[in-house]
Amino acid sequence: MVKSFPMTAKLILRNREYEVKSGQTLRSALKEAGILPESVIATRQGEMITEDEMVREGDVIKLIAVISGGIEEGR
Amino acid sequence: MKCRKCGAKAAIHMPQHRLALCKDHFLEWVPEQTERFIRKYNMFRREERILVAVSGGKDSLSLWDILWRLGYQADGLYIALGIDEGIRYSAESQRLAEQFAAERGLKLHIVDVERETGFPIPVLARKTLRGQGKPCAVCGLVKRHEMNRIARDLGYDVLATGHNLDDEVAVLFGNTLNWSVEYLLRQGPVLPEEPGLARKVKPLCRFYEREMTAYALLRGIEYIYEECPFAVGSTSIAYKELLNRLENERPGAKLSFYLSFLEARQRSLFREPQEVRQALHLCPSCGQPTSAPGLCSFCRLVSRVKSSPSQTITIPDLENKGEENLSLS
Repeated sequence: MVKSFPMTAKLILRNREYEVKSGQTLRSALKEAGILPESVIATRQGEMITEDEMVREGDVIKLIAVISGGIEEGR
Repeated sequence: MKCRKCGAKAAIHMPQHRLALCKDHFLEWVPEQTERFIRKYNMFRREERILVAVSGGKDSLSLWDILWRLGYQADGLYIALGIDEGIRYSAESQRLAEQFAAERGLKLHIVDVERETGFPIPVLARKTLRGQGKPCAVCGLVKRHEMNRIARDLGYDVLATGHNLDDEVAVLFGNTLNWSVEYLLRQGPVLPEEPGLARKVKPLCRFYEREMTAYALLRGIEYIYEECPFAVGSTSIAYKELLNRLENERPGAKLSFYLSFLEARQRSLFREPQEVRQALHLCPSCGQPTSAPGLCSFCRLVSRVKSSPSQTITIPDLENKGEENLSLS
């Protein structure tokens, strides 16, 4: 019996890992993981990639959060 | 996706501009656009001296980098807030700001809040009831006061902060939800100089936060990635997340919200009735303007904390300058 392994890749955001299907665009993979493309920059092997890039099997895509800032509450 | 300018592989796609650029062209595009905004909003001229408020974050360091590359006379100001919270937040931010300045041979002024007031921000905040347990209100007050003091004392023509479009839109959203007309009146790329108040400008106000992150990464600027520990769960971050969900559905929504607001303001939609305009008084201690006679909020905070170091005190917020209240970066 041949055991099948799912074709997956990994997204990493702030030390949290999300396993996603490979063979889809980064945009779809982010959606699968519930991450808004607008809130992150994606890098693969140290290079920034755009949302139309295909996620390949075994990819490790590091996501850099872009949101920062605090506000004086109630102002 | 390919770079619109050269056809090489794109590093970033900006749907709101229907534009994708490679690394090199993006790094050219950001300073070009910044220069365009500086001129469009009459922020400052070549011969003027600029003080850039730097926090060690991506936006303020990128702003300083851009102004330096554009050939402006821009020095930095770092305000050491004394926030540690187990991650040496302020110490690391200061190290990065100093490293940035040293690598480029730029001048960085450092103000230590503890040296100026006797206490670091978290202690100052604990000693007052301002901010309801969060130090952000005290932090904003101290930063605004110190930024203005240094800009004036050292003879700078203008104070520049790294607020990006997401910062501006989050504040705009909050002020619109509450119809805070007095704040809406004063929000914009330029806060003009007034007696005792330095001119304040936001040259990055039309760049998305995502673009500024990309700029810092592609330029190789080392910045503090961790959020200020006190900003976690803040209203501004909640607004930013909400607005990003909208942006995801409607690319360009954030930019359109901001630009439409500026246009409406230009058309005097939020015109201030003459009688509402408060006369400003000068604080007898520091000389900075204040809306009520007597000490300004900053000087009252410092004098009360120093005179009753073991008590919790209340500093009513009498001042209302209507400017944004986000952190430096």
